[in-house]
Amino acid sequence: MFFDVALAHRIGDRAIELAFVSDARLTALVGPSGAGKTTVLNCIAGLIRPDSGRIAVEGKVLFDSARHVDLPPERRRAGYVFQDGRLFSHLRVSANLAYGERLAPPGDRWIGREEVIALFGIGHLLNRMPATLSGGEAKRVAIGRALLAAPRFLLLDEPFGSLDAPRAEEILQLVERIRDELEIPVLLVSHSGAEVERLADKVVTLA
Amino acid sequence: MNAWLTPGEWSVVALSLRVSVAAVVLTLPLAYALAWLLARRRFPGRLLLDALVHMPLVLPPVVTGWMLLLLFGRNGPIGAWLDTNFGVTLVFHWTGAALAAAVMALPLMVRAMRLSIEAVDRRLVDAARTLGARPGRAFLTITLPLSAPGIAAGAMLGFARSLGEFGATITFASNIAGQTRTLPLAIYTGLQLPGGEALVTRLSIVSVILSVAALVVSELLVRRSGGSRAHVL
Repeated sequence: MFFDVALAHRIGDRAIELAFVSDARLTALVGPSGAGKTTVLNCIAGLIRPDSGRIAVEGKVLFDSARHVDLPPERRRAGYVFQDGRLFSHLRVSANLAYGERLAPPGDRWIGREEVIALFGIGHLLNRMPATLSGGEAKRVAIGRALLAAPRFLLLDEPFGSLDAPRAEEILQLVERIRDELEIPVLLVSHSGAEVERLADKVVTLA
Repeated sequence: MNAWLTPGEWSVVALSLRVSVAAVVLTLPLAYALAWLLARRRFPGRLLLDALVHMPLVLPPVVTGWMLLLLFGRNGPIGAWLDTNFGVTLVFHWTGAALAAAVMALPLMVRAMRLSIEAVDRRLVDAARTLGARPGRAFLTITLPLSAPGIAAGAMLGFARSLGEFGATITFASNIAGQTRTLPLAIYTGLQLPGGEALVTRLSIVSVILSVAALVVSELLVRRSGGSRAHVL
């Protein structure tokens, strides 16, 4: 099973409850805005500690409140592509790409920098500062940075949001290639029905 | 230049610089640690620590100097301990002037650094963690460089404050030529002397030049490290 998630979390008066299993290569998590989709991703990545539940990815338990398992984010190895990109503003694109790559154990790396640069067409951006990138360029760098950290799974939070149609189509095709060519389970949060239908092998709804 | 200031006046300037540099260099790590604690951590006693750090800013400097005397004087708990174990005496010594300047500069340094740490987007630290960075590495590679303009600003404010320190210094370290008579104390002493106006004028001009230079240098440093939007002032 790629994803095996059951969690309950309360923020203020909003309660999030979700349980799903999936062995689809690309699982889409959908639901109305404010339902807590990003919170679920943060729980899986280890940035938020859910009140209770159990999270396992490809058989590895990342969190289990009953057995007091709670791996810190750096040991979960999530390739998390944030909705807002979060490129390091003081580092050039090349240093952003290298950040996670340098921290990944060499034996775990499954994709090289050259391959990522070619796949995402970002070779001409390496010396740029993040503030000078367009939305689509920043998104491609963010996905590349996540892949180079040798993640065991990918979390994509609205990767097509805030992009114009041609740019969104570009990223969509990239996600398709990641799904079809790279051996890595993907959990995608999206609010666009057309994109989810085109990409996802399984859809999970968060009410 | 040598003819402009007498050798005695040059030594006052040199002493002032030594005292201020020592005060800032010694306080910098402590100030940053306090700034980080106050900006990023919630713990019992946080408000008390905050108040303690800021006390020299609101107390009359004479009172701060007197409290230093109680603690670090020859008969004070810390002063006696330093004396018996290391043979170090701070009172009447330039290191005592540096301590007084450091305590007075601390709140300004902490404030500047705390603001810059609070301005660092925590979500970038989260991103670094998901990319495999432990908390310590995330701090060194993200929080520390992004708050560097605040460190420069804090150091500059601390340096300028140390150069001007008077009340706590004269109370704690006294006014001893060659040891604790820094620029403000020398100017004050000159005012008491008949015919001291020329000396007072010269030393005051030096004070103005040093303070403005500190401001300009730090502004340039911050601009270079933080881009065009970063400012000290």
